[in-house]
Amino acid sequence: MNTRRKFLASATAAVSGSAFGSSLFARQASSNGDESPKKTTVTAWVNATLLPVDKPPISGGAIVVQDGKIQAIGASANVAIPAGATIVDAKGKWIMPGLICTHSHIGGAGAADGSGPIQPGVRVMDSINVRDSGFRRALAGGLTTLNIMPGSGHLISGQTVYCKLRYYEASPRIVDEILIRDKNGAPVGGLKMANGTNSQGDSPFPGTRGKSAYLVREQYIKAREYQAKVVAANGDVSKLPPRDLHLESLVEAMQGKRIVHHHTHRHDDIMTVIRLSQEFGFQTVLHHVSEGWKVAKEIADAKMPCSIIVLDSPGGKVEAKDMTFSNGRVLDEAGVKVAFHTDDWITDSRLFMRSAALAVRAGMNRDKAIAGLTLAGAEMLGLSDRIGSLTVGKDADFAILTGDPLSVYTHVLETWVEGQKAFDLSKPDDQLYAEGGVNAGSDIDPFLCCFAPAWQGGAK
Amino acid sequence: MIFCKNQLLVAFVSLALSSSYSTAQQPLVVQAKKVITATGQTIENGTVVCVDGKIKAIGKTGEVSIPEKAAIMQSEVAMPGMIDVRSCAGLSGILNVDHDSDHLESSSPLQPELRAIDAYNPREELVEYIRSFGVTTIHTGHAPGELMSGQTLIAKTIGNSIEEALIVEGRAIAATLAEASSKSGKSSPGTRGKQMAMLRTLFIEAQELQAKIDAKANPKPAEKSDADGSKQSDKDIDKEKKPEPVARNLRLEAVMQVLAGKKALLITADRAQDIASAIRLAEEFKIKIWLDSAADAHLMIPQIKAAGICVLLHPSMARASGEKENQSFLTASKLQAAQIPFAIQGGFEAYVPKVRVVLFEAAIAASHGLSHDAAIESITISPARILGIQNRVGSLEVGKDADLALYDGDPLEYTTHCVGVIINGKVVSTTKR
Repeated sequence: MNTRRKFLASATAAVSGSAFGSSLFARQASSNGDESPKKTTVTAWVNATLLPVDKPPISGGAIVVQDGKIQAIGASANVAIPAGATIVDAKGKWIMPGLICTHSHIGGAGAADGSGPIQPGVRVMDSINVRDSGFRRALAGGLTTLNIMPGSGHLISGQTVYCKLRYYEASPRIVDEILIRDKNGAPVGGLKMANGTNSQGDSPFPGTRGKSAYLVREQYIKAREYQAKVVAANGDVSKLPPRDLHLESLVEAMQGKRIVHHHTHRHDDIMTVIRLSQEFGFQTVLHHVSEGWKVAKEIADAKMPCSIIVLDSPGGKVEAKDMTFSNGRVLDEAGVKVAFHTDDWITDSRLFMRSAALAVRAGMNRDKAIAGLTLAGAEMLGLSDRIGSLTVGKDADFAILTGDPLSVYTHVLETWVEGQKAFDLSKPDDQLYAEGGVNAGSDIDPFLCCFAPAWQGGAK
Repeated sequence: MIFCKNQLLVAFVSLALSSSYSTAQQPLVVQAKKVITATGQTIENGTVVCVDGKIKAIGKTGEVSIPEKAAIMQSEVAMPGMIDVRSCAGLSGILNVDHDSDHLESSSPLQPELRAIDAYNPREELVEYIRSFGVTTIHTGHAPGELMSGQTLIAKTIGNSIEEALIVEGRAIAATLAEASSKSGKSSPGTRGKQMAMLRTLFIEAQELQAKIDAKANPKPAEKSDADGSKQSDKDIDKEKKPEPVARNLRLEAVMQVLAGKKALLITADRAQDIASAIRLAEEFKIKIWLDSAADAHLMIPQIKAAGICVLLHPSMARASGEKENQSFLTASKLQAAQIPFAIQGGFEAYVPKVRVVLFEAAIAASHGLSHDAAIESITISPARILGIQNRVGSLEVGKDADLALYDGDPLEYTTHCVGVIINGKVVSTTKR
């Protein structure tokens, strides 16, 4: 939170020179400019069915949230509720951690362009439209964290970014407001790679699988040599190689600072990803993994987690023809860490829980499937110390549901992000995003602090 | 009970299937804790007796006599085999490559003469896939994307050849009013206005050809009179009176069948203005249309209701983007409340999921205001009525085809499994899905 405030303060400073900057950013200044919390709010939900994910479900449970963090959780009788706390009776409702999508394209994000197949220095962060209604629809599905990725049309399509859906009463206006930052204030994200048919094409794109792997190896070897020069320079500027954003990004991947999120479908393509990951030592999450079930043991042996997609039918392209609802079960039973993803807009974030439910339909362990929507995803983004379970000290990101998340009849009532309500089904605006209708697909209206558009009466 | 205005009784139902089942089958008995009939009451602890491909008896277990040597299947829930009211499966295949993609011919915007029967692959994996969830009948054919893309057919989801699977050949002609059927540059149609102009022109041409054919078949008396009164042999008279046949025109003949009410015009129209255009076309030419997809239907309830048109509603989970940006999970419940006949479709998908399962689509509607009964009806008896095959499929009633889907719980629930599928009294799937 502190880093976010610092950032927002600097953002305010950065634009204050513009004619309207001060009024536009007044909201941020008032809510975030003060370093001391404006008011300590404590809220406790009691009598709920809680799914902490890192522990067994708790019926008749209480969860206490203070300053955006989870302060206590347990059976209602065992949780001391601080004096002055707002108490919400959640009888009949279920509360689970905010859902984490390890693979989303909301925000119309793009990174690499058509000029070549390997562009690791390009950041998706520089192209996200925060007003995309998809963010509000994702909240309606109980999602709180997204890994926003560039597409799969390149071998390396750029840097991904991890985002929190901080869509409170006033929606974010710039991408910086939704970024997740490390303790130094830098945005965190991964690196998107792909193999198989999507990333093949006419020259300079590879035409075969062999060429695809070769091109990737060639670049990582270059990056290794680049890094060796940097190390050899030992801080001597005259000896440093010219900065290369692409190679820097690959170095970060090899140093474990940037997790590789690798699109892959066919069993042999999966094995290629494992081979390259081992050669260059980058930490990899396998994404989609349609044929993961055919090489589940090999994936488990390589200790490589899988973020899988669940689609209503196989096919649509040759390499996805053997996709099956059973993938999650087979991988989990082989000992592979499994998370789900929406690939939004491939599947609709509002129905993300359905992906886990269909995996359970095909025999996947229920608890593992729910973890696949939450904690497993957090681990795959390297964020499990902050999110993914209802655990004391973690961010207060959670969804309040009418019932079991694996039932078609269950609805998300509220979604909370860092202790603030970001979705409320009882509000007509939010209901629109949950159910669809006119304007549900339009960009979110900008929040205008101190004046309304002319057709609504102008300045206030 | 809801019917479309001027609902056609389909008189040209093929009997192609009957020959395959001329030899006596072993009777099959299904016993379920809950038998959902779709037209009558749900039967607790019910029995359905299937003999020679048809439902012979249905009632409470113990009150229905079971034939000798019958095979018995038991499940939690039994319901009618589902009907996908609008699919492209069998023309559009799992691999989505040229080899298995015959759903859209783009050489010309108006090709009503293309028959689905000449393209449908009954062994397509996607057909088998949807069957494994309990879909037993599909109305499939040419896809949206051209102004008039071709014809549709109705088939059971079985058979090694279309002849085995066929229920109705040439049921409808598929048309699209959307940006998708517009061409770029100087090709037509390039605008919505031009799309309608081209459709209207085509229907007028068909009307004129029909008039010509009618005129030849029933020449006016004045033309028959013999001016000089000279004696001719009967043979000569016949020869002289027989008119030159009008040249065949496959394209216009197909359209003439729509004009004659023998085929419906299925119009894919998502935007409200396209729905309005579709209704205008139906009124001008007094033709039977079905609104296909209809994402903006929730904005056009009074107009659709007044026009008495059926809706083949887009899959609930179709993507809310492009021309479907206004789509709502609530549309099915709104159509139901307005008593507009509708069925929920699997539809056409250009990429993934290559085919949608209507069971899943109805389930989402059921969690958004549509009653459980209405959700089941929207994928069983309602599509049967719209397609005009309700005397044969769509509900569990004595005399109808023995097409059943069996489940181990609420069919609409995510985690329930389809445990058996029966078509024409034969078990075609027992894979737990």
